[in-house]
Amino acid sequence: MISLNILEICYLFASLTFVIGLKMLSHPDTARKGNLFAAAGMLVGILATLTLYQTFDPDKMVNYILIGLGLLVGSVIGTVMAKKVKMTAMPQMVSFFNGMGGACAALIAIIEFQHHDPAMVSSLLNGEMLVMLMGLVIGGVSFSGSMVAYGKLEGKIKDKTLPFNQIINNSLFLVIIILIIILMTGQSINNPLFYVLMVLALIYGILFVMPIGGADMPVVISLLNSFTGIAAALGGFLYGNKAMLTGGILVGSAGTILTILMCKAMNRSLLNVLLGAFGGTAGGVGKSADGEQSAREISISDTAVLLSYSQRVVIVPGYGLAVAQAQHSCHELEKLLEEKGVEVSYAIHPVAGRMPGHMNVLLAEADVPYERMQEMEEINPKLSQVDVVVVIGANDVVNPAAKNDPSSPIFGMPILEVDQAKNVIILKRGMAAGYAGIENELFFYPKTRMLFGDAKDSLQKLVGEVKAI
Amino acid sequence: MEQLLNYFGENMEMIYFLILAVLLGVEVISNVPAILHTPLMSGANAIHGVVVVGAIIVMLHAAPDNYLALTVGFLAVVMGTLNVVGGFVVTDRMLEMFKKKPKKS
Repeated sequence: MISLNILEICYLFASLTFVIGLKMLSHPDTARKGNLFAAAGMLVGILATLTLYQTFDPDKMVNYILIGLGLLVGSVIGTVMAKKVKMTAMPQMVSFFNGMGGACAALIAIIEFQHHDPAMVSSLLNGEMLVMLMGLVIGGVSFSGSMVAYGKLEGKIKDKTLPFNQIINNSLFLVIIILIIILMTGQSINNPLFYVLMVLALIYGILFVMPIGGADMPVVISLLNSFTGIAAALGGFLYGNKAMLTGGILVGSAGTILTILMCKAMNRSLLNVLLGAFGGTAGGVGKSADGEQSAREISISDTAVLLSYSQRVVIVPGYGLAVAQAQHSCHELEKLLEEKGVEVSYAIHPVAGRMPGHMNVLLAEADVPYERMQEMEEINPKLSQVDVVVVIGANDVVNPAAKNDPSSPIFGMPILEVDQAKNVIILKRGMAAGYAGIENELFFYPKTRMLFGDAKDSLQKLVGEVKAI
Repeated sequence: MEQLLNYFGENMEMIYFLILAVLLGVEVISNVPAILHTPLMSGANAIHGVVVVGAIIVMLHAAPDNYLALTVGFLAVVMGTLNVVGGFVVTDRMLEMFKKKPKKS
């Protein structure tokens, strides 16, 4: 069949665009083209499947209409959601789309399971069944997990740890494995246990993400991302479809590497993240302020003066900046200071915000030049020559306890060593601890001053004050 | 067990393919600047949307009067498309912002 050969070539093309696109995505200059390139390959793959997979069958008109409708509805909703989402809500958007992919993989497994009519059962290989069941479980976990992650980042779902959560999770996992084995070896058709397995997978996804703290969400999303990749690859295995296989596996392995990179940046093991160690054990940890310590406040006008007469200022953005939508005000302040001859740069901790690179995206939105954002290793040695460090809505990533308090749960995590600078000003809403739930002794250092209030509000007032000087 | 082994035997080519693809994924992703982690994750997210191809195949297989399969398949196509289109558009939006270099001011 000529058309099937053409189809295979189209899949080859699509697979190539995925690989090359992913490669291009990992360099700043080519990233955007890489994304479009992969998208083009995807389009070719989808169109080729539609037209070449089987010869047009008039009896199946309904199927074609429904496919067309599905593609249309998905495209419209997807485009609108992606265009409308605020930059700050990016991580949960990715999580949402990821969940959709997982659900798609699980649904495919469900239909395929029903498809195998009794007559064909003798030829139904166990291996095929295994692939199908794993697609169902991984897709299902990825779907419900991503939705919980989405809800958490949206602030709709709170962190919750059930009593014996870990034990429940592990037993559930065991039950899932046992069910898979039963279903694989069982002879009966349309075994209702299949649906029990589906429900258990969904529950497992929820319980899996539920106890994990907000700060660890990026790691979880990245992990679920690679799960969906694996689920997609399993689908590809089922159909012998090379495009699905390459796309899925690439994402599966790339996502896993990315997850590990993120964990490394926090100096924690993946296991540690998954057990929700921050939330669980860190309750009243560390040197939770000895009572006598008190943080010193600074007024807006004093801050303005201090900044205007400095030579070097470094801004450390954190999730608080994203929440307050303060990136534009922040950029405005930076420009004003630059006009006054102050050297301003941004210090970006690899895990600042809710996703690695989150801060870069956010600042880029406000037109902050790329060159001004410096990574941790780059800026740390220079911090001792900095006059003022302004920390905006960041906490754990500047907590000196990571360096000098072995009892702290974040001990060993690389931090921005802002305590090396001459002055530190911290913009913060209140004295609450950061996401890790740990007291930050930096706030009590003699060189530290606190500027309480909403980050955007404070920054705007600061801009006004600096202008007036 | 024998059946399982047979399955692996018959699909050895695919399994080789799988392993090489895993290594390729690792290779491609290493040494990415932290700045690009989020767009990269988002782009990878869009790429696994290729699962929509599977949903289309399911739909093509389904009998026109198998309403259950058609409904579930339709849902799968919608969700898969959401993953693909939404994923690529979001990634493009993120990367668009990196493009704006200082020239303007």
